[in-house]
Amino acid sequence: MFERILIANRGEIALRIIRACRELGIETVAVYSEADRDAIYVQQADEAYCIGKAPSNESYLMINRIISAAEIGNVQAIHPGYGFLAENAHFAEVCRDCNIEFIGPPHQAMAQLGDKISAREIARNAKVNCVPGTKGLIESEAEAIKIANEIGYPVLIKATAGGGGKGMRVARNDISLKSGLKAAANEAEKAFNNAGVYLEKFIEKPRHVEVQILADNHGKVLHLWERDCSTQRKHQKLIEESPAPNLPQTVREDICKAAVRLIKEAGYTNAGTVEFIVDQENNYYFIEVNARIQVEHPVSEMVTGIDLIQSQIRVAAGEKLSMSQKSIKAQGSAIEVRINAEDPDNNFRGCPGKITKLRVPGGLGVRWDSHVHEGYTISPYYDSMIGKLIIHRNTREESIATLKRALREFTIEGVKTTIPLLREILRHSAFQDGKMDTTLVERTFTDSES
Amino acid sequence: MSKSSSGNQSFDLEKLKELIEMMEDHGVTEVNLRNGDEQWRLRRGPAEVVQMMPQQASAAPPAMAAPAPAPAPSGGESATPTAPEGPVITAPTVGTFYSSPSPDDPAFVKTGAKVSPDTTVCLIEAMKVFNPIEAEVSGTIVEILVKDGDAVEFGQPLFRYQP
Repeated sequence: MFERILIANRGEIALRIIRACRELGIETVAVYSEADRDAIYVQQADEAYCIGKAPSNESYLMINRIISAAEIGNVQAIHPGYGFLAENAHFAEVCRDCNIEFIGPPHQAMAQLGDKISAREIARNAKVNCVPGTKGLIESEAEAIKIANEIGYPVLIKATAGGGGKGMRVARNDISLKSGLKAAANEAEKAFNNAGVYLEKFIEKPRHVEVQILADNHGKVLHLWERDCSTQRKHQKLIEESPAPNLPQTVREDICKAAVRLIKEAGYTNAGTVEFIVDQENNYYFIEVNARIQVEHPVSEMVTGIDLIQSQIRVAAGEKLSMSQKSIKAQGSAIEVRINAEDPDNNFRGCPGKITKLRVPGGLGVRWDSHVHEGYTISPYYDSMIGKLIIHRNTREESIATLKRALREFTIEGVKTTIPLLREILRHSAFQDGKMDTTLVERTFTDSES
Repeated sequence: MSKSSSGNQSFDLEKLKELIEMMEDHGVTEVNLRNGDEQWRLRRGPAEVVQMMPQQASAAPPAMAAPAPAPAPSGGESATPTAPEGPVITAPTVGTFYSSPSPDDPAFVKTGAKVSPDTTVCLIEAMKVFNPIEAEVSGTIVEILVKDGDAVEFGQPLFRYQP
């Protein structure tokens, strides 16, 4: 087992990882930018090193400085968290070249699954249903039009290097396909330095259902059941829950087994998530793999009782996963809401500022994962997440009631938050009936904008 | 103010003053006193804040202590708790500080040395790459703040200089 781990991240996930390390008796080294100097988790680490100025590309994204800190901090492993360098295959490779274990998958598997085109090919080899679409990148407008008409409109133009909804456009006919292709390619070039785009059939009112997987370096691949993340706004998840409501048990099992097949085929190890789209007839289609631990991992932790971060560390240290698939049961209902410092009245613009008052809820089934405290200043350089509120009760009705109660108790002043929107969503009959799809929030709660 | 059962306000002030002086004289950081149903906790921190938390007998357990004045997160062996006065040359990266080109060579600069912006003042080694660090200022080196082989972090003061 490692004696010391460096956390190459910040905010709530850095705190989460430090907690897991402490529980395992592992020493921690934190790295921080000048903007995070006073973060509480920095003080809780055994050692901490400033690695640069506030902007991410001058600090958390600087591979050489992070590796330097790892060397002078004498660590045996680095946990990348999520975002930043977590899905940077080059970083994973550099770590291991420097004899520092990267707590995550092999860099080759990460690279192959990170490319949406090769991921779809792996899925096909594993006999996992994909969304009908182009096999590779689109080479020409004529090719795109031909395939779009074969698949059948509407189609979705997607960036192969994309994420977070960038570089995506819906086209309902040849004309909008032509203009959409140009727009998507431009956006992708700007955001990811890669203008490659491909086509998929556009599923109307889809549900987003993803499977948490965990694989060790000894050939065992397990799933920790699924999460429904359909409550999104502009491809940003707002609410995640497990089990996925109103999903027949056979479909649940099929999706989870498909995810395991795909992960095995890719030679992927450690934690990851396989994302699917489910249409209104409960047909499921593979979308992509997130080759990292995710923000919403606590949802799966609550229903299965398995500590995912500890498991990641153990797997990276070479341990065998001891549990069997049969023993992993999803108990009760867990719902997580992300609370962000965003102004709902101003198009959810990020709202950095000082938290002048903070009181978080408690009680049975209430978990709060956050690095902020009263007096903490949310800086403008990073994401706007304040924290994650996770509820776990025996039934979905109880979880919703507890979540509503917990959000009422939640007191925060100094910044605007997304709590009012969350409370509105929880009151909506579609949510209560478990009939959310990924378009509902935008259709119902926000004004359409350009 | 105090809700202590022994009552008299001036008595409390006297005791408080004595306690504070004693703490300062002996460099004591934290004192917890309990006498029956009266409890005092005084904590000296960087801001010299004194907290009095008189509690009833049936009071809840004492609140969690905030992190004790800990040494600022630093890049290793640096023992200076206060920032040096005057302009400094700081580390532009993370790594190990070396004062000379090689173990056998003399140091790049000593105290009293005059530097110009492109004078190499030290090496910082990161990932087996030795990065020469330039002064980027003009002046005279007044003090060398780190030792050969020290781990340094971004922004850590390395040299104090006089422009």
